[in-house]
Amino acid sequence: MGKTHLKMTVNGKDVELMAEPRQLLIHVLREELNLTGAHVGCESSHCGACTVDMNGMSVKSCTVFAAQAQHAEITTIEGLGSPDGLHALQEMFKEHHGLQCGYCTPGMITRAHRLLQENSNPSEEEVRFGISGNLCRCTGYQNIVKAILAAAAKMNEMKESA
Amino acid sequence: MNESIPPKEERMAALSGLGTSRKRVEDARFTQGKGNYVDDMKMPGMLFGDFVRSPYAHARIKSINTEAALSLPGVHAVLTAADLEPLGLHWMPTLAGDKQMVLADGKVLFQGQEVAYVVADDRYVADDGIQAVMVEYEELPVLVDPFKAELNDAPVLREDIADQSEGAHGPRRHPNHIFTWESGDRAATESVLSEAEVMAEEMVYYHRTHPCPLETCGCVASMDKVNGKLTVWGTFQAPHAVRTVASLISGIAEHNIRIVSPDIGGGFGNKVGVYPGYICAIVASIVTGVPVKWVEDRMDNLMATAFARDYWMQGKISATKEGKITGLWCHTTADHGAFDACADPTKFPAGFMNICTGSYDIPTAYLAVDGIYTNKAPGGVAYRCSFRVTEAAYFIERMIEVLAIKLGMDAADLRAKNFIRKDQFPYQSALGWEYDSGDYHTSWNKALAAVDYQGLRAEQAERLAAFGRGETRKLIGIGLSHFTEIVGAGPVKNCDILGLGMFDSCEIRIHPTGSAIARLGTISQGQGHATTFAQILASEIGIPAEDITLEEGDTDTAPYGLGTYGSRSTPVAGAATAMAGRKIRAKAQMIAAYLLEVHDNDVEWDVDRFSVKGAPERFKTMKEIAFASYNQAIPGVEPGLEAVSYYDPPNMTYPFGAYVCVMEIDVDTGTTEIRQFYALDDCGTRINPMIIEGQVHGGLTEALAIALGQEIAYDDQGNVTTGTLMDFFMPTAWETPNYQTDFTETPSPHHPIGAKGVGESPNVGGVPAFSNAVHDAFKSFGLTQSHMPHDHWRIWKIANSLGLHD
Ligand code: FES
Ligand code: FES
Repeated sequence: MGKTHLKMTVNGKDVELMAEPRQLLIHVLREELNLTGAHVGCESSHCGACTVDMNGMSVKSCTVFAAQAQHAEITTIEGLGSPDGLHALQEMFKEHHGLQCGYCTPGMITRAHRLLQENSNPSEEEVRFGISGNLCRCTGYQNIVKAILAAAAKMNEMKESA
Repeated sequence: MNESIPPKEERMAALSGLGTSRKRVEDARFTQGKGNYVDDMKMPGMLFGDFVRSPYAHARIKSINTEAALSLPGVHAVLTAADLEPLGLHWMPTLAGDKQMVLADGKVLFQGQEVAYVVADDRYVADDGIQAVMVEYEELPVLVDPFKAELNDAPVLREDIADQSEGAHGPRRHPNHIFTWESGDRAATESVLSEAEVMAEEMVYYHRTHPCPLETCGCVASMDKVNGKLTVWGTFQAPHAVRTVASLISGIAEHNIRIVSPDIGGGFGNKVGVYPGYICAIVASIVTGVPVKWVEDRMDNLMATAFARDYWMQGKISATKEGKITGLWCHTTADHGAFDACADPTKFPAGFMNICTGSYDIPTAYLAVDGIYTNKAPGGVAYRCSFRVTEAAYFIERMIEVLAIKLGMDAADLRAKNFIRKDQFPYQSALGWEYDSGDYHTSWNKALAAVDYQGLRAEQAERLAAFGRGETRKLIGIGLSHFTEIVGAGPVKNCDILGLGMFDSCEIRIHPTGSAIARLGTISQGQGHATTFAQILASEIGIPAEDITLEEGDTDTAPYGLGTYGSRSTPVAGAATAMAGRKIRAKAQMIAAYLLEVHDNDVEWDVDRFSVKGAPERFKTMKEIAFASYNQAIPGVEPGLEAVSYYDPPNMTYPFGAYVCVMEIDVDTGTTEIRQFYALDDCGTRINPMIIEGQVHGGLTEALAIALGQEIAYDDQGNVTTGTLMDFFMPTAWETPNYQTDFTETPSPHHPIGAKGVGESPNVGGVPAFSNAVHDAFKSFGLTQSHMPHDHWRIWKIANSLGLHD
């Protein structure tokens, strides 16, 4: 099948690649760009394991063709925090035991990150609604919700002191 | 001198040992997207294999034409049963003593069955190849109802064994019958029932569902022809058992096989079995000479790998007029699908279903289970449960409710009246188990007090009155459950899988500078073993948990063990860890005594060091001892500080708990809302309270899913009607409540640290609590039993059939 030339910005870096029209964004990220943080849990946009940020919105990258990401700005879990400086969300997920097997975690944190951009001070209900596109089989969500609320508080604190 | 020794408490805290809510060491990499799951693997030249699957539930295969597929660029091979037959791999043994087709051999027996395996450059090309394989089928009559399996006109499913009157578990009375398994005293139970003052009878169905971990099953197989070594990375809950099975069926010597479980995205029993995908990837790698990856998609996963439950449990329970239970009888019809691939210990074809007397002192009991073949997927795995304990707990906790209705008694009182008393432990159950320890009255009273049970009943009565007056359309249901689990399989004398005793193991090496590595025969799928097992060890050997590396899952380096499922890691491998730690300590004691120039018996253990009895200022810390073990010639003591322990548990462990669910039900829409859920768990000694709480939250959410909607359903042609996450219920954060957790602590008397295991308790105890709440809401309108899952539509139907919409 013929390939198209694609350009996008992924985690702040410009990338160029060739992809078939039918190739999904999740597969391009994972297999061509070696960004294996976002996972595949269903390929039918139900589970959210593949969530990444595209042009300022959460998308389920298993239901986006790579070609639709032409010139897009993409952020994946690898673009949040760094080994020496975890993002507040990453830290709070650890602190509040917001993960077990870790399979949903990259998508969950990426989604939570966008949610907190949209609403920096959400209520518990807003968090629960805001992450309801992301399934977790292990945690029962209680500690994920706790972690996101704690991260929101921490990020707001950091903003104030800055 | 004493000032220089920090106080005991401070030194203990520095270890982060037993009982501390230590943060997980796994999390840093998982939160940064740096986990290493099998689908993340990339190897030079790696190909991708995927299946042509059957659209029919029962059909003969007339022909398979692979030509068009093979002519596609990028398709390297297409395997069919005919290709596997010369290798003897077109069928494989199941864990239950049956055999299963790897690729369809002449016929297909369930929808989604593996028919051919296409090996291609990548998953897209493999899919093209799948579309191009032409299979001609001739449809056969379909059997989906296990109660019709033995009728005269029932189609014979397993023609390969149709004339065998003896199966792996005794006589078979019909070609579609797999086994009959009995436990207890039938004659005595029937006579107790026939003379009973009160008897209640009910059919309790625990529907077919699926563990559905967020990561599906998969593997990468790589045959290195130069070294003759096969390596398989995959989603294996029992890597060592997989190696042995792989060796036995492939003929490759066991030392030439290396099985590795990388990070696993949840298992819940789905990843215990051996699936055709693993075998085909191995064969494909041998054929092509390059690594081959297979990762199933969600639909494959739900349709083909490992269903759970599907038990029809006909029950009778008898009691005196005062509510003292006298007998329990159960006949179960077990729908096993097309092949018996249950993951149960060999001697237990119905798992531990005979724990169905639950938390109650029931003097006489009888259980029979009939396994039946139908045109459904094989499996029967323990979905977050220890071999059918969930079915058993659901059965008894429903029967208690049904009996309470018959007696006109409060179900909480009926339970309390029949609990095994604390002074009866160790308790011999009528169906042959020895319960190790328990204190059920304490847990029960604590739970009822915590939720203000009497207050709830009063509120429920008021609500009913208001409903009667037409002021509300919502009812309140109070769901009770007091469960007893049986986990930690198990004693080698009665527990094995394919002849492999169910012990587990731990190997420890202390490094010269006083840090350590421990390797276990188990494998974490999110339970946090790297965190908790280091804590057990820290308390045993006085080295801080953060200085202990924990490794599992690589059969080349880890000691042999039977893996992680059935809540067996803590009871079995956790015990092995403690015992290996004690061996280290025993040697350390000799070294310390030598260094301190006293007799071995004159030193004593003190948190992280040995000190001279009566002279605590003279001591050697574990760190100093470790160094000495590597650089001093100590007479009569070998250099180094290592230990291995293989632990064969003397008994199972019996965690228990008391759960209360308060549910609001809208009778017009059938929707439910969990207003409160209180969960008290007693898992013996608590290793890491934070992780226990997390396990309880997760297990309760899986229980909620099962009780309120999650099912693998078939239509009458054997089509799976719940094959995607659109139809297969997975609760989101929106419908999941906050849970209230609590505990009592009754240590196991036979476990080295008294721990019992907890991961599965919330699923075992949670399902009856949710289901009982639904039943309880409609009890006063005459409902005694209604089958799960209680989704909105089914609840609406209950309300409708009770005339509540008139
Ligand atoms: S993999 Fe994209 S939503 Fe599940
Ligand atoms: S932590 Fe396992 S799926 Fe969320």
